[in-house]
Amino acid sequence: MSVRFEVNGKSVSVDVSPRTTLADCLRHELHLTGTHVGCEHGVCGACTVIVNGDAVRSCLMLAVQANGAKVTTVEGLSPEEGLSPLQTAFKTHHALQCGFCTPGMLTTIHALLSEEPNADEDRIRDVISGNLCRCTGYITIVEAAMDARASYQQSRGDKE
Amino acid sequence: MKLPQFDYQAPASLSEAVALLMAGNGDARPLSGGQSILPIMAFRLAEPSLLVDLRNIPDLRGIEISAAGVRIGAMVRWRDILDNAQLKVVLPLLPEAIEHVAHYQVRNRGTIGGSLAHADPASEMPAVALALDAVIEVVGAKGKRDIAAGDLFTGSLSTSLSHDEIIVAVRFPAWPAARAYAFEEFARRRGDFALAGVAACYDVDAQGRAKNVRVSALSIADTPIRLKAAEAAMEGRVMDADAIKAASAAASAEVDPAGDIHASARYRKALVGTLLGRALTRAAARTAR
Repeated sequence: MSVRFEVNGKSVSVDVSPRTTLADCLRHELHLTGTHVGCEHGVCGACTVIVNGDAVRSCLMLAVQANGAKVTTVEGLSPEEGLSPLQTAFKTHHALQCGFCTPGMLTTIHALLSEEPNADEDRIRDVISGNLCRCTGYITIVEAAMDARASYQQSRGDKE
Repeated sequence: MKLPQFDYQAPASLSEAVALLMAGNGDARPLSGGQSILPIMAFRLAEPSLLVDLRNIPDLRGIEISAAGVRIGAMVRWRDILDNAQLKVVLPLLPEAIEHVAHYQVRNRGTIGGSLAHADPASEMPAVALALDAVIEVVGAKGKRDIAAGDLFTGSLSTSLSHDEIIVAVRFPAWPAARAYAFEEFARRRGDFALAGVAACYDVDAQGRAKNVRVSALSIADTPIRLKAAEAAMEGRVMDADAIKAASAAASAEVDPAGDIHASARYRKALVGTLLGRALTRAAARTAR
């Protein structure tokens, strides 16, 4: 089936079978391998992408369901050069070890802080409870998210 | 695991969707948020030949609040319910329970109608629908009908919906001003399937006594169940510490849960009583304010 949607600001058109998840479509058809696939049944959160502003599990969404949507993957978070403030905070706080959960953590926290730049530590912990880090590096991930809030508060302030 | 093969249609009207389900003759399934059916397909617990996506059908998404109560469209997502400030006032038990549904990302896609149709005995929404005497509006080849929440759930992942029927909306009766309520569940990790949970509400009369008591439990049987002995223990009583203790003991005594890898039957029996005790303590504190 032909599906047309926007990925990281670029319009794409792919031909996929209905059983193709959005995650597999991004990785195999569009070669955006930053999105990781872990459990394939909605438990691990590694495949999280942002669809129309909301963080969703791309293994629990069919590519055909994305028709007409605006999708942001981890590749779309970075500026042309260098890292986004959230990515920089991850680097500063050593918030990644093996890196498998990292794209899901980044997209989830980016979606959260874009909407709730004042999210407190409890809220951040509650939200990333849907993302498993098998290296168990949660403390540094929460620290990075807390640290990155300032840049989201700032950009929200710029818009207002 | 990758999903099995299936065909996909996204019709623009309810009548077309019903016709597709009818033609599928039990092998076609509606697709709403996909947060339950896609994982069970990945596990091969369901292998429909056709998914009928409801995303292009208008009129399944609104939240209508009136003097008669609340009507929530089947495609309304958990996050739409949590984002709605009015629901926290006019139907507060619902958002309190929905906070426990799965995780952030799943709440961004999962829908109220999908959860009711999926009828997982461990999910929050069926138990809440039962406690609040919700009415499920459905449409099928034979037309529209209303199903009382108590008549919808027939077993684990089973409902009284016919294969051509689609849930359109859920109606909740108006919430009386003097109503006490609370929802409690326990899971080993946040967002996991609950080992047990309870939804409780009752009206408080002029003498401070509990009336129209409703208590339901999830993850205790094949379907959500009303805890009738606990309700009887509460009805007409002022909900002080003794009454809460009696209700909690009645709840533990009346249930007959199965044990599984996650929790033994004995543990679940005790847990239901504990959770009801906590829920009623919070409910009573709310009315005291």
